[in-house]
Amino acid sequence: MSVNEATGTRPRNEAVPGAEPIIVVDNVSKSFGPLQVLHGVSLTIERGTMVAIVGRSGSGKSTLLRCMNALEEINGGTIEVCGNKVSMGDRPSVKRLRTDVGMVFQSYNLFPHLTVLRNITLALTVVQKKSRAEAEAIAQKVLAMVGLADKAEAYPEQLSGGQAQRVAIARSLALSPKVLLFDEVTSALDPELTGEVLKVMEDLAREGMTMVLVTHEMAFARRLADVVVFMHQGKVWEAGPPAEIFADPKTPELRQFLSSGL
Amino acid sequence: MISYSFDFSFLLTTWPAFMRGAWQTILLAGTSIALGFVVALVCAIIRSGKSKLASGLVGAYVEVIRNTPLLVQIFIVYFGLPSLGLRLSAETAAVIALVINTGAYGSEIIRAGIESIAKGQIEAAECLGLNKLQIYWHIVLIPAVERVYPALSSQFVLLMLSSSITSQISAQELTAEANLIQSETFRSFEVYLIVAAVYLALSVLFRVVLWAIGEVAFVRRRKLRT
Repeated sequence: MSVNEATGTRPRNEAVPGAEPIIVVDNVSKSFGPLQVLHGVSLTIERGTMVAIVGRSGSGKSTLLRCMNALEEINGGTIEVCGNKVSMGDRPSVKRLRTDVGMVFQSYNLFPHLTVLRNITLALTVVQKKSRAEAEAIAQKVLAMVGLADKAEAYPEQLSGGQAQRVAIARSLALSPKVLLFDEVTSALDPELTGEVLKVMEDLAREGMTMVLVTHEMAFARRLADVVVFMHQGKVWEAGPPAEIFADPKTPELRQFLSSGL
Repeated sequence: MISYSFDFSFLLTTWPAFMRGAWQTILLAGTSIALGFVVALVCAIIRSGKSKLASGLVGAYVEVIRNTPLLVQIFIVYFGLPSLGLRLSAETAAVIALVINTGAYGSEIIRAGIESIAKGQIEAAECLGLNKLQIYWHIVLIPAVERVYPALSSQFVLLMLSSSITSQISAQELTAEANLIQSETFRSFEVYLIVAAVYLALSVLFRVVLWAIGEVAFVRRRKLRT
């Protein structure tokens, strides 16, 4: 499996932690009407790392992820992705952002009226103006990466949840993003289907893909994340390497979260 | 008890007129369906769009049409417009009235389809870098029409049957032909039984054609059934 060719990212072992920030979130706040969801969040994510954002429902973790991809407009602070300032109103900047960042959703969001192959080639042909043949070659490659080469002609409703989510990952990968965002991608899946999706994510991480995931899969985060971020009440409450976060929580909130969640 | 003896012998001389009527109905309804679909599509897009004014205007059009009789709409176009100096042939007036009518009903059907597209679909397409127009076409409109196509087809068959009303302004179509034959043969019962049978056949024909169009346009429908 060669994620590198498709994504252009460097292998993990070449990444120099601390040397190359790829996402810089600085003092970001976000409100939905009167409800403030993010209170001055700051976070730096380095190239080639996997960052797991954990926390209770309503702690603002999904909102933060969505802000990173300009799906939500922030009300204060700045977010920089690959050197680009994120702003929903700035069309060229959003366009650049979309080429740098891929996103995978909890509900897969595959296009139901298109085959798996067309789900993947749509953006390649429509946005990147690649020829059909070239797009299909890329699609076959990413499908092979997620172990679904034989499903190219299937429709989303013919897939299991785990397969659908792997197709969604492949669809993002096809565009060679520099960063992949995962928004609770296994939350809708049975435990046995969760495994096959996590396996794909693990492969990507080993290949050096920069990944930010909002997740409830504590064991996965503990084993593979470089940094675990605990969010609470719209703030980054604690952040650090998983060994520290899980073994030695500094705050009572994290301690309570870990004991209730595991 | 009244006894009635059926006599279909007039068919020997009048069947070409029935066939001509059927063909005229096919043309009238076919034209109205094609144009009505375009009107319905445009109205549905405007109505689910951002402009409050445009959406309100289309909404008013839809409600007025859906809450007035088709026959009155036909009369307004055919008898009313000449007062404004716009004199139309009966057939043109019939097409215009049918298009206006089916555009209103069709737009509500398509709008339901558009509104059934989940927000997540659009977000996923945004994240893949598609622009607004590309999203609207590939992710919203095509699946929306695919989803409501059966309902739309029924509406179109209904339109074909409703086109018989245009005989009231003597538009050339099946019912008008039947009226003529009836006035010459005085075999009302037989004539209208035959007309009913021809309409039944036309309904089957329209359904088959619309089904075939759906098979070609929406590949998934075809593939997933097999």
